Amino acid sequence: MAEVINFTIDGQKLQAAPGTLVINAAKQAGISIPSFCYYDNLALQAACRMCLVEVEKTPKLQVACTLPVAEGMVVHTDTPQVHQARKSMVEFLLTNHPLDCPVCDKGGECELQDMAFRYGAGFSRFREAKIHVDEKQWSPVVYYDAPRCILCYRCVRICGEGLGVSALGIGNRGAMAEIVPNRGDHLECDECGACIDICPVGALTSGAYRYKTRPWEMEHVGTVCTHCSNGCKTTLGVRNGRIIRANNRDRSGVNGEFLCIKGRYGFDFYDHPDRLTTPLVRQGGELKPVSWAQALAVVAKRFTEIRARNGKFAVIGSNHTTNEENYQLQKFARQVLRTSNIDHHRTGDVATLLDALQGRASALASTADLVNAKAALVIDSDLAQEQPLLAFSLRFNWRINQGHVYAVTPGPVREDNYATTVRAEPGREFEQLQLLKDRLAAEPELVILFGAAIKGEDIRRLVAFGDSLGIPVKYVALVDYSNSRGASDMGLLPDLLPGYRPVSEAGLEPGLDYDQILAATDLNALWVVGANPLSRQPLASQDAFVVVQDLFLTETAQRADVVLPAFCAYEKNGTVTNVCGDVQKLTRGPKTMGPKPDLDIIALLAKEMREDLGPTKVADVFAEIRNRVHGYNLPLVVIESGGAAQAVPPNDRIQIQSRPEVVRSAGNTLYTSGTLGRYSPMLNSVLEAPGALYHDPHIAPFVAKGSVQVDTTEKYG
Amino acid sequence: MRYNEPSPLEQMIISYRFDLPNPASIDTYLANDGYVAIKKVLGMTPEAIIDELKVSSLRGRGGAGFPTGMKWSFVPRNTGKPTYVICNSDESEPGTCKDRLLMENDPHQLIEGMLIAGWTIKSNKGYIFIRGEYRYLIDIVDRAIAEAYQRGYLGKNILGSGWDFDLYTHTGAGAYECGEESALLESLEGKRGIPRLKPPFPAVVGAFQSPTILNNCETYSAIPWIFRNGGAAYAALGTPKNGGTRLVCVSGHVNKPGVYELPMGFNLLRIVNEVCGGVRNGKKLKAIIPGGSSSPVLRADECDIPYDFDSLAKAKTMAGSGGVVVLDEDTDIVAVALRTIKFYAHESCGWCIPCREGTNWLKKILSRYHEGFGDESDIDLIAELANNMLGRTFCALGDAAAMPTAGFVAKFRNEFEDYLKKSPRFQPAPELAVV
Ligand SMILES: Cc1cc2nc3c(=O)[nH]c(=O)nc-3n(C[C@H](O)[C@H](O)[C@H](O)COP(=O)(O)O)c2cc1C
Ligand code: SF4
Ligand code: SF4
Ligand code: SF4
Ligand code: FES
Repeated sequence: MAEVINFTIDGQKLQAAPGTLVINAAKQAGISIPSFCYYDNLALQAACRMCLVEVEKTPKLQVACTLPVAEGMVVHTDTPQVHQARKSMVEFLLTNHPLDCPVCDKGGECELQDMAFRYGAGFSRFREAKIHVDEKQWSPVVYYDAPRCILCYRCVRICGEGLGVSALGIGNRGAMAEIVPNRGDHLECDECGACIDICPVGALTSGAYRYKTRPWEMEHVGTVCTHCSNGCKTTLGVRNGRIIRANNRDRSGVNGEFLCIKGRYGFDFYDHPDRLTTPLVRQGGELKPVSWAQALAVVAKRFTEIRARNGKFAVIGSNHTTNEENYQLQKFARQVLRTSNIDHHRTGDVATLLDALQGRASALASTADLVNAKAALVIDSDLAQEQPLLAFSLRFNWRINQGHVYAVTPGPVREDNYATTVRAEPGREFEQLQLLKDRLAAEPELVILFGAAIKGEDIRRLVAFGDSLGIPVKYVALVDYSNSRGASDMGLLPDLLPGYRPVSEAGLEPGLDYDQILAATDLNALWVVGANPLSRQPLASQDAFVVVQDLFLTETAQRADVVLPAFCAYEKNGTVTNVCGDVQKLTRGPKTMGPKPDLDIIALLAKEMREDLGPTKVADVFAEIRNRVHGYNLPLVVIESGGAAQAVPPNDRIQIQSRPEVVRSAGNTLYTSGTLGRYSPMLNSVLEAPGALYHDPHIAPFVAKGSVQVDTTEKYG
Repeated sequence: MRYNEPSPLEQMIISYRFDLPNPASIDTYLANDGYVAIKKVLGMTPEAIIDELKVSSLRGRGGAGFPTGMKWSFVPRNTGKPTYVICNSDESEPGTCKDRLLMENDPHQLIEGMLIAGWTIKSNKGYIFIRGEYRYLIDIVDRAIAEAYQRGYLGKNILGSGWDFDLYTHTGAGAYECGEESALLESLEGKRGIPRLKPPFPAVVGAFQSPTILNNCETYSAIPWIFRNGGAAYAALGTPKNGGTRLVCVSGHVNKPGVYELPMGFNLLRIVNEVCGGVRNGKKLKAIIPGGSSSPVLRADECDIPYDFDSLAKAKTMAGSGGVVVLDEDTDIVAVALRTIKFYAHESCGWCIPCREGTNWLKKILSRYHEGFGDESDIDLIAELANNMLGRTFCALGDAAAMPTAGFVAKFRNEFEDYLKKSPRFQPAPELAVV
């Protein structure tokens, strides 16, 4: 069989693999063929007829988006006939289009406007009455304006094919055809807004963004979502220093097409009226606003005093702060406060995995591996709820690259719809894994993703199981928050320094872990940075001096003696490390006044205590991390240009004190995000909307426990 | 029951049981050559069956006139998938009303035709897709299917051949588009009735992703006769490449409208004047829509032609589904054009832009024009919009709407122009609201 096809487009002699569509072959040669309904990686529609081209020896114009190249084919994309056809399609489209561009959210970024600019007529021959249908609100997130809809079916496909949610369909017929939601008059879905972003026109608009701005009034700032550990790249639309929207239309990140509701709309916590803007110091039993200078002086004085009398310090770090901040925080704790009592809410047992792999760096899967691996196995995670991007990526891999997916979970998961899934009660995962062993061993390679229930010795068992398969296996220890992995890598652990080096190297003994810190009755000072431990359990040390850096007056902040208002991730620069170890850059979007970045707060405190913590600027701290933290010597150009580079920290065994009991999943769903999520009006509105929570009707029948599900891969694949 | 008295000019080879008492019953069928062909066919190879069909030059009666033998030969063998036999009884093309009679009066003939198709591709399952508005026919066909099961012509081990075939009826929900073969398959599978991308064609990827024979009800109904009498005999009834007879459905301004079985190539004017007793009330003939509402109109002076696929194609129109609509001299062509486009605008599935918006726009212009608010520029606009749709839509419905519209303007431009001189039904407002 010929491996290349020779053909001609607009006089250029070209070659492409068999099966290449004319529209893509042309694109590769720098010839753009207009399209609305054609969309990469979604089913072919041939509905909009914009892509008509002339093919020699074929009487009728041909649809370039479904036409594979053929040997000797001669295509013309810019003849008078083609131009006339495109012009007539735009004319047809505009007949029932409201042309309310001046107030439409999409105006300025609209593909129909662009097409009309290129092919539209200077005047309208349509003298009849347009069809009008009132706009509808389908959910707190999604609004639909049928007259603006050009029926390209992108929304239907991204929801059904892309996400596996299938909440959108088509209703009515002819000129009255329109998109309809899955529950008659409203949507029950992931509320991710993928449909809104993929819409070429302003037919789908979001409750978060609609009618707030003209697109050209915004600056576009590429940064990383601050919610879950998946680390989706997002582009903030910033106007006058405020975030107006978040999307990822440039598809430049590890997430490609994807953002979940938290990434697209959950940024709004940053703007909540309860946001702290000034430091607070407890005076006469009450937290009173003070200046930064006063607050820092109070903290420095108390820390210096307590240190002077060899008092007991403890530090709880964050799952959300940057690598630079975490690195400097642990340095502060160990150098300045001279304590090893430092930890964070561990949502996955990363350290044990790294130890179990004994320096096999190639056994850590990157985010990109999930869309390429021949097979993946999910253990103990409801991926679509807890790791939305990873769920999307596995589905993409199955859909586009024929990757196989297996899952061993305690309850029904969305992967049941297309993967080979096994139900296993907690603690019995390994029995069920045995059932899959032969099939897994027959795969050429495997990525294993496991949730927080697999920790400590179970991880070693799992790696042994992986080894026994006799195929290359990579692992992902699932963690829950945007920089959970970075907190671990940067040594927010009582027994490990950055890069998982033993604390003994710094001349320290291992300190108290998270639970022990909260349970200790003799702490003199507790410093909590970007965490809310007291939302779950009280602090046993009644008399401890408590300093809290946070965005809000959380349960923990309410117990504090000093509260220092901090920036959120959208407001600062720095790097974060996602669940797969991919390091990406944060870029400051909004210009919030009042709070400070945690990095500055840490540096100012050190200065106030006359201590030298080394570099203070983000770039300088990152340079030190690159030098000193094993695995973080990453190509700067990749990070600086907004790319992702994978950190692979260990090079050998880790002297770890196994503390599996402190590893606990945060238990977030698609619509919750720990404390931050409670301050997001959008997430709350979705939680409160009747029926808006996702109930997958396909999942219910799969609840049988411990049974091997039918492999549906063949049926769909 | 049929609509009309038979005409002596008819050559009844598939409609001759219509006038027998109790025509739909299996006993009537068995007493009149019924299930003879299948017995013969069960001893034939697929190649021999298809060759015989090719010899017969039977062409599809659903509209496109595709050679049936060739269509069957496209069905791949041994794909490991099941295969299906599907009858298109969606009969929705305005002017067409023959499948209804075939199912009502001779359902066993259809069943036997489908059995022959089933045996040819070793299918075990068939569906008769009946248009939603023909609900009463479902009972009749279901009864016939039950009888066939009872007598061993359907079900397991048919006539001791070791071959099983099950047959079901399935109803549409009232959409013309579901007569388009791929939309029919979508509808049959329980989905929205929109057409599929082609290729692959149904012969290769049809029902439930499997190879499928899909033919019109009349096409299947002709098959038992072919195998009883031989393909050559069938071919001889018609003109070259246009074998056999056709159920011609004549409606409009004639004295005896009805469905007549005529040999292929029967002269169109003779159909009006001799078979149907001439134009009603002694009026003169103005035009004929020869093959269902989607076929371009013929002026009276163009009607002296043989009624078969190729002759009508040469006249730049088509024999389509056999629906002959006769229009007398008093007919308002603008009104006919409006009625036609209203139908297509109503039936456009909405999948693709040119058909969805084009039919709607044309309907609006023609409505306005018909009400007396047209102007000179509308005439060219109508023709141009129709041409902008033509050949550019996803499925043939768009063409079916554009072809007759373009035809009315091209052939009767003078009538459109005269319309402007007629006093409008309302005094036009000085300026039309432009929305
Ligand atoms: C819009 C549209 C409507 C159609 N409706 C019918 C129909 O009602 N009955 C029918 O037999 N064929 C109909 N056809 C033709 C079918 O697509 C198909 O060609 C036919 O059923 C094949 O059978 P045949 O080869 O026996 O003609 C329609 C085609 C189009 C494009
Ligand atoms: S809502 Fe937007 S994406 Fe969906 S079909 Fe309409 S135009 Fe296309
Ligand atoms: S999947 Fe995670 S990182 Fe991506 S948008 Fe959602 S919450 Fe943010
Ligand atoms: S031409 Fe297009 S809109 Fe019309 S029926 Fe076919 S697919 Fe639907
Ligand atoms: S892009 Fe080809 S038809 Fe829409």
